Amino acid sequence: MRKTAIVVSLIVFAALLVVTAFLIHPFGDPPSAMDDYIIKNTQIETGANNAVTAVVFDYRGYDTLGEATILFTAVTGVVMLFRRRKRT
Amino acid sequence: MMMSKIVRTMTHLLVPLTFIYSVYLIMHGHLTPGGGFQGGGVFASAVALLIIAFGSQNIHKSLKEHHLSILESSGALIFIGLAFGGIATIFFYNFLTGSSIFGRIPPTGSNPGDIWTGGVIPLMNFAVGLKVIAGLSAILLTMALATSLKEVEE
Repeated sequence: MRKTAIVVSLIVFAALLVVTAFLIHPFGDPPSAMDDYIIKNTQIETGANNAVTAVVFDYRGYDTLGEATILFTAVTGVVMLFRRRKRT
Repeated sequence: MMMSKIVRTMTHLLVPLTFIYSVYLIMHGHLTPGGGFQGGGVFASAVALLIIAFGSQNIHKSLKEHHLSILESSGALIFIGLAFGGIATIFFYNFLTGSSIFGRIPPTGSNPGDIWTGGVIPLMNFAVGLKVIAGLSAILLTMALATSLKEVEE
């Protein structure tokens, strides 16, 4: 019973993945409105030549703030875990 | 513990080049591929080379964890301060574009670029680079010190 449920759910999941792979936006053709907007307006609005950096630090600044927070948390955790005990 | 003289000589040759490359990646983040995170990672790889070649105890004499933590916190504060600087319009607004600091507008289309462009982006790259440099170096140094202590005790 449980095995059949697992197998059925796996088959349904795989079928969903296959359907999504056929429905996915084709690579680069046609580009979406967001891509066009960023490619056209990055140099005018932000002044940066590198559109990826402009997206990371300007259009999607919140994401970078989250990444920085993740790094900060990781460093805090590692330093706390590997701290040296005082020898007695 | 130190590695052999060959490794130490090669480290002496390679580490300055790696530092220069990481600073180049950070400061040219708005012109070429790269940025704060990538440049910080390159810098941390040089620190890992130093730790492996010279031993974590010797590195720890000149590089302490609390200095690194001060560096990391100041990087985070610069980043958040720059993000709050544009709060008159919206959080993370690029308020320096068109001003006299990093405010030049490049011509549209493919061009080699100008370092004095990008508004707030180069400063944010610098802040994130400082943060990643300090954070990854602190992780590497702490882990190396922990493992070296265990070797001594056993």
